[in-house]
Amino acid sequence: MKRLSWLVPFLYVLFLLLPIYWLVSMSFKTTNEILGAFSPWPRTFTFDNYIKIFTDRTWYSGYINSLIYTTVNTVISVVVALPAAYAFSRYRFVGDKHLFFWLLTNRMAPAAVFALPFFQLYSAIELFDTHIAVALAHCLFNIPLAVWILEGFMSAVPRQLDETAYIDGYRFWRFFLRIFLPTIAAGVGVTAFFCFMFSWVELLLAKTLTSVAAKPIAATMTRTASSSGYELGLLAAAGTLTIVPGAFVIYFVRNYIAKGFALGRV
Amino acid sequence: MGKTENQKAWFFVLPVFVLVAFNALIPLMAVVNYSVQETFGNNVFFFEGLKWFEEVLHSDRFHASLLRQLAFTGTILAIEVPLGVAIALSMPRRGPWVSVCLVLMALPLLIPWNVVGAMWNIFALPDIGLLGRMLNGLGFNYNYTQQPFSAWATLIAMDVWHWTSLVVLLAYAGLSAIPDAYYQAAKIDGASSWAVLRHIQLPKMKRVLTIAILLRFMDSFNIYTEPFVLTGGGPGNTTTLLSIDLVKMALGQFDLGRAAAMSIVYFLIILLLSWIFYAAMTREEGRS
Repeated sequence: MKRLSWLVPFLYVLFLLLPIYWLVSMSFKTTNEILGAFSPWPRTFTFDNYIKIFTDRTWYSGYINSLIYTTVNTVISVVVALPAAYAFSRYRFVGDKHLFFWLLTNRMAPAAVFALPFFQLYSAIELFDTHIAVALAHCLFNIPLAVWILEGFMSAVPRQLDETAYIDGYRFWRFFLRIFLPTIAAGVGVTAFFCFMFSWVELLLAKTLTSVAAKPIAATMTRTASSSGYELGLLAAAGTLTIVPGAFVIYFVRNYIAKGFALGRV
Repeated sequence: MGKTENQKAWFFVLPVFVLVAFNALIPLMAVVNYSVQETFGNNVFFFEGLKWFEEVLHSDRFHASLLRQLAFTGTILAIEVPLGVAIALSMPRRGPWVSVCLVLMALPLLIPWNVVGAMWNIFALPDIGLLGRMLNGLGFNYNYTQQPFSAWATLIAMDVWHWTSLVVLLAYAGLSAIPDAYYQAAKIDGASSWAVLRHIQLPKMKRVLTIAILLRFMDSFNIYTEPFVLTGGGPGNTTTLLSIDLVKMALGQFDLGRAAAMSIVYFLIILLLSWIFYAAMTREEGRS
């Protein structure tokens, strides 16, 4: 029994890694090798796919665009969510519960439904094909998430901290920036990670709101696929590279991720 | 824990409210607007009242997509939740392996959704994909581009691969919040591991598990990119989930009115089910 209990996790990790292995292994093959015959590992090991991505502007600009709007979105989401989460965790006010639920409902809105109206909205305010458009649009689902996670972290801080600070003569913003924010630093890190992640992986809105100047990497991949046949090796390399930024971020917040969800409330 | 009554708190919430409302309400209004009109292109619209809604609610196509959607969401929840809990239970609780496990688990979550679809698309191809080759080598007749059952199995395997990690992370978070004293007490009482699971671990995980179920429910109901890239809804219409059907209707056939009406019905279904979840959970919390 004890020995068998390792079987499920072992098989699961195998299942987890196989598709990733296949992606990485394809990225070192030539497209001819991928299409020609089945081979479990690269026979003609090549870096060409990666070299092409790093030297061709249409490719690497996709990564830059994605990184820009993802970063802008993360900053906006966290900054506006901080005071809001504080309000939800500390005060009662008219409509607070309804507002909280309404925020959450925006995570439920199917992006596929909103794609066309989003396009019209951002075209109307002349932000179409800019990084800020995508960053703002992603606020739709990232701000509710940020408020939700931060509220959990803030509610875990005893209220005595606030009260003592006020008695000591701290003004609100000074207290908030000097004392409260450092206390929940882990929460801010986790929130930033989740905002980054969801903005990074989202494609539908990002693709709808951009054409050339702010085209995300994921869209670059789909368009290249249709224009020049299937350059599978290149696509695999591009796909592999999309994992890298997230892996970096997660490495920095790895100790707090689990905690972030444990404290979040619904 | 009593919160102070303070209406000025609205000022703190205002930026969030404005930003989210801008992104949520204006497009929603546009959708509502389409849903009561008919268009023949050139921006000419005619008022149609509730015609589209009646049509959608009575259409077999909508019923079929909804049924497929429910089957999909039900299946993935039934697999991902127990599997996620089992994995979380077997993860180490301290030591250097914790970080390795967490980073490993988070990997699928960090891959853009169309890349997930594309990598499974190739991974599962019967002639050049690893999974397709392995399954056919083991004697299964597997070809997801042609057989509905294979397509469904691939779709579900992909979602399990992609999202079980989220349940694992949540369940693990719940587990690590249990004080060691509980386990020691259980050991002194001579409790079996099943009893520990039943009376200590599961109750303590209840809150995070409800979050996990809610998130997975909402996200799987909205799923679009991955199945679109993987199967495109095929073979035939066998894996056409709700959003895929919607986009086909709205952009493929430019049937905006019907698509908008359908999306409102669809949104209301998600809203209703989520509200039931939410109400049930907040009542639980109020009681304890």
